[in-house]
Amino acid sequence: MSELQLKDLYDGFRDPDVIKALAKSIIDEAKHLKEPLKLMEVCGGHTHTIMKYGLKQLLPDRIDFIHGPGCPVCIMPKERIDHAITLAQMSDTILLTLGDMIRVPGSKSSLAVERANGYDIRALYSPLDALRIARENPDKKVVFFAIGFETTTPMTAALLELVEKQGITNLYFHINHVLVPPAVDAIMADGQAKINAFIGPAHVSVISGAKIYQPLPEKYSTPVVVSGFEPIDVLQSILMIVRQKNEARCEMEIQYSRSVTLEGNTKAQEMIEKFMEPRVHFRWRGIGDIPYSALALKAQYAAYDAEKIFADILPTEPIDDHKLCICGTILKGLAKPNDCQVFGTACTPNTPMGSCMVSSEGACNAYYRYGAIK
Amino acid sequence: MCLSIPSKVVEIDECNMATVDTMGIKRHVSLDLIADEIHIGDYILIHVGFAMNKIDEEEALQSLELYREMLEAMEEEERRQVIESDDNCENRTQA
Ligand code: SF4
Ligand code: SF4
Repeated sequence: MSELQLKDLYDGFRDPDVIKALAKSIIDEAKHLKEPLKLMEVCGGHTHTIMKYGLKQLLPDRIDFIHGPGCPVCIMPKERIDHAITLAQMSDTILLTLGDMIRVPGSKSSLAVERANGYDIRALYSPLDALRIARENPDKKVVFFAIGFETTTPMTAALLELVEKQGITNLYFHINHVLVPPAVDAIMADGQAKINAFIGPAHVSVISGAKIYQPLPEKYSTPVVVSGFEPIDVLQSILMIVRQKNEARCEMEIQYSRSVTLEGNTKAQEMIEKFMEPRVHFRWRGIGDIPYSALALKAQYAAYDAEKIFADILPTEPIDDHKLCICGTILKGLAKPNDCQVFGTACTPNTPMGSCMVSSEGACNAYYRYGAIK
Repeated sequence: MCLSIPSKVVEIDECNMATVDTMGIKRHVSLDLIADEIHIGDYILIHVGFAMNKIDEEEALQSLELYREMLEAMEEEERRQVIESDDNCENRTQA
C-alpha cells in the first residue's frame, strides 16, 4: 500500500481478520496479567464500538469494561435541561441545540415534547447553522444551548468569533461545555470502581492534546492509552494496556497516532481560551458537583451569555434523577445497565427514563441496541 | 454526538470553507479551527461542521502496514502449527 485511500481510513480499521488476530494476541498476553483488568473506557463512543462489534465477547473474562461518564448528553443534569425549556418558552425565541439533547427528559418535559407543543426548537447539524438562523430572524431571540466535551467546545468558540465579527446581536449562548479530566479525577477520588487502566477518547485529544491525560499514570498508577473509535483501534489500545501491565509499565501512550499529538490543536485551544473560562461549580447528572469541570463565558462576553441575561427566569434548584434510574451509578463505573430494574422494560430508547438511554452513546442505549452482555 | 469522521477535501472556497467527501457524501465544513494549511486531497477529521485536524497519512499507512504484518505473522504461525502437529501425529509414528 503506497497511497492512502479514504476507504482505508474506514475499512482498514474494521478488518475482521485483524480484529481476530488482535483478540488472539490479547488473549495470549492477558494470561500473564497479575490481576484482572478493570478498564474504564471514558467515552461513550468507545462503549458503542465495544458493544457494536461484540469486542467484550472476543476477550477473556479477566478484562472487564467499565463504562465511563464520557457523553455530554448523558451527564446533563435535569436542571440544565429545564433551563433550555424555560428559554425556549420565552416569547419570540428560537432554541437551538445539537443531536440527542432534544430528547433528554428534564424534570417535567423534554425539548422534543415542547417542540411538539409548538415552541420553536431545532436540532442543528452544526453550530454554524445558528449564524444563518440568527440572521434570518432579526426580530427573534435565538438561543444556542451549547453542549459537548473538549471536542465540541472549539466549535462554539468559532461561532462566537463569527458572531462578534459580524456584529450579530440576537444570538445568545447557554454554555454547558464540560471537561474530561476533572470527571475522571472525581471517579478515581471516589475510589469505589477499582479502575486500573483507562482508554482515553481520541477526539478529545485531537483538540486538547494527549497531554491532558499525562497526569493520570502518575496519580493513579494506571496506564492510559489514547484510542481511536474503530474496533481495531480499541483492540490495539487494549493490547497496549495489557503489555504495559505485563511489563510493569504505567504510561500515557497514543494509539490514535494518525491524528493525535501531545499538544493537540493549539489554534482551537486558543479560540476556547479567548471566550471561556473554568466554572467553579457544575453538577454532573448522577455524579453531583465536580468543581472546575465545565466552562462558562468570560465576563467580557456577558452580552452573549443567556445564563446572565435571562438569569431571573432560570430555575436554580438542583434536580435529581428518577429514583429507579441508576445512571449515576453506571457513570461512576459501579454498575452495568442491565443491573437497572427498569432496563429494557419501563426504560427503552423510545421511553427513556434516564439520559443514558437517550443518547446514542449512552451505556444503556448501547446495551439495549446491541443486546445486553453480562 | 462527538464522533469525528474522516473525510477527503475536494474543494476550498474563499470563505475558508471546504467541500469534503465522506465516503460518497458531500458536505461543507469550516476550516476556521485549523492552523495548518489544508490542500485539496488532504484527509481531515470533521466534527459538527468543522474540520478538527488533519489526518497524518504516514501514520495511518504505518498502522495499516503493522496490521498487515501482524496478519502475515499469524498465518505463518498457523502454518507452522499445522505442520508441527502433523509431524507429531501419533498415528504416523506408530506406522
Ligand atoms: S461526546 Fe464525545 S467524548 Fe462524549 S461520548 Fe460522545 S464521542 Fe465520547
Ligand atoms: S436503564 Fe434507564 S432508568 Fe435504568 S439506568 Fe439506564 S437510563 Fe436510567
